[in-house]
Amino acid sequence: MSKIFSKIWQIGTLTEAPPVGDEIETLGKEVKRAIEQRLSRSLAIRQVDAGSCNACELEIHALVNPYYDISRFGIHFVASPRHADLLLVTGPVSRHMETALRRTWRAMANPRFVIASGNCACNGGEFGSNYATCGGVSRVIPVDLHLPGCPPTPNDLMRGILALMRKERPQ
Amino acid sequence: MSRFDWLPGFIASLAEERVAILHSDPNRLAPAHCLLLDAEDWDEGTRVASASGFRWAGLWGDQIGDRLRIYTVFVHNGDYLVLMTEVPLQAPVLASQTPYFPAANRLERHLHDLLGVDFQDHPDTRRWTRHCAWAEDVYPLRSDFPVGGDSSKRRSSDVDYPFGRILGNGVNEIPLGPVHGDITEPGHFRFQAAGEEVLSLEARLGYTHKGIEKIAVGRDASGLARLAGRVSGDSTVAHTWAACMAMERAAGVDVPPRALHLRALFAECERIANHLGDIGGICNTVGFAFAQQQFGRLREQMLRTNLTAFGHRLLMDVIVPGGVCRDLPVQWESIITPQLSTLSRELEDLLDIIDDHSSLKDRLDDTGSLKAELAQMLGVTGYVGKASGQDFDVRRDHGYAPYDGLEMQSPCRTQGDVAARLQIRADEIRVSLNLIDKLIYSLPIGPIAADWPQSVHSSVGLAVVEGWRGEIMSFIRFDEDGRVARFFPRDPSWFSLPALEHLVLGNNLPDFAICHKSVNISYSGQDL
Repeated sequence: MSKIFSKIWQIGTLTEAPPVGDEIETLGKEVKRAIEQRLSRSLAIRQVDAGSCNACELEIHALVNPYYDISRFGIHFVASPRHADLLLVTGPVSRHMETALRRTWRAMANPRFVIASGNCACNGGEFGSNYATCGGVSRVIPVDLHLPGCPPTPNDLMRGILALMRKERPQ
Repeated sequence: MSRFDWLPGFIASLAEERVAILHSDPNRLAPAHCLLLDAEDWDEGTRVASASGFRWAGLWGDQIGDRLRIYTVFVHNGDYLVLMTEVPLQAPVLASQTPYFPAANRLERHLHDLLGVDFQDHPDTRRWTRHCAWAEDVYPLRSDFPVGGDSSKRRSSDVDYPFGRILGNGVNEIPLGPVHGDITEPGHFRFQAAGEEVLSLEARLGYTHKGIEKIAVGRDASGLARLAGRVSGDSTVAHTWAACMAMERAAGVDVPPRALHLRALFAECERIANHLGDIGGICNTVGFAFAQQQFGRLREQMLRTNLTAFGHRLLMDVIVPGGVCRDLPVQWESIITPQLSTLSRELEDLLDIIDDHSSLKDRLDDTGSLKAELAQMLGVTGYVGKASGQDFDVRRDHGYAPYDGLEMQSPCRTQGDVAARLQIRADEIRVSLNLIDKLIYSLPIGPIAADWPQSVHSSVGLAVVEGWRGEIMSFIRFDEDGRVARFFPRDPSWFSLPALEHLVLGNNLPDFAICHKSVNISYSGQDL
């Protein structure tokens, strides 16, 4: 145990002084304020991979590492769409995932938001629209925000969530 | 040992079984050796290969006019042997290799779903990649199938896939996926369990099928490199490298030595970043959050170094046909060297802590064991294979540039459990750090890319590289206009998924998460 404590002590809190700390902190605070106003202090995200190459997932995973640690802003990932406020969709929506995506979206309670994350989710990206893909999330479910990038970086994701919270609430 | 010194013996064994070799070609797919067989002899040829102890490593088909050319790859002593045959498009019937090589099972079914090859005596006639997005009697990879598909109507989800079932008192069936509880790729797992014990596990993938092989057709070289970089996002360097190497071999392009060194540098950075993420992830699945945070920290530092030094956090599109897209920044040494020496020190500190944790050991030791014989039969490579006694590494045993000029060790363990797969990752990081040192030390001066030739005529190329998951293979055929006519990337996940289905047997259901994470297959890489 002593080694663990010594390591934790020695590393300190990275979130206070990361290389681009200011940007993360400011962004995070803005997101937090937006979430407090809109969603009573917490934003629950359900992520669905609708045929991505898995690079988008890697960067979404990075959001919970010590550098970004988005949970301190009230953002957390949930397992069930019924607990989620936001559906974060990646991939061009393969035909084989189309129904699963639609069902996940239907299972969410209102108000619900959808972010299409990454170039593929925005417009099909490198895969476009073909016999196996729908060519973007908005062809399957209504999208509130398109977030381009291949893949969007953790900062892009944070910015996207902030932009969404500033947008008008969907009906 | 000289290359292919076993080949005359194999050819003699084929002759003994009266298998006629229509053509033997060391150049067509060099450095692999090609043997063209009659379709009638496919079964016998496969049997001889099986008896010779070869590893089965891949299968794909290519439509050329009204014929289908089928390729299958075997590996022996680090040499690659390609068996080819042709069948008419009207009656594409061929003997299945699955009875001899269980590893062939799903790739044969994939080939059936996409090109309509009818494999005789295949033990499993269910569809694999196809769900309901196209009809049973049409085949997307055939040239008469439109890229946009034959119908824009919405398709229902796949509901009637006949999973194997175990019936009996107290046996329950548990479906999992395609949308999982975690941030992960979509796939379906069907468990048959008695209480907590897993009696059988069957995976059903294909959910992320994006038509990669179809949309590759007609692309130019740089377009194909971009697509290859998105076959599996975490292996973007390895897949792009394999595809570019195949294209370069087909087009006869010599890549400058500096570009080769830089490619290897990218590949090792990719390997380190992914292994770091995985070690943290494995510990996290058993609730050891400390390791997840610490390794997550190291991974993030690595990604940031990638961004500063090479221009992209995950190194997408840094490899282009003919070389690499950009040189190192002027101050690269001051970015990379301190980062790697810190990483090396921190890694040992953290592994020491992990090693001290008996409660962690308790969960990882003897969990999800894969026996060496099974690993060999399933043809797994990479960390899954190396943790189960399969001492094979393309970099060391097949020797492509620049690794052929570097001395390298490849780790191998025999325990085959989750703990061994974790340790192998740590070992591989050490090897990569050492390789990066050597690569930097011997970095040649010169151009970073060769010009892509104006005209490339009907030619084929095959390349194999060691991705962070294991052996990645890429096949390219250019048409007479220099456009891609066929692209097939073979991810190691084709073989590690069946390994996962086996190694989870007899374990507790909750341990599936650890087993799954320790194997970490790429769904996208094998759904294509």
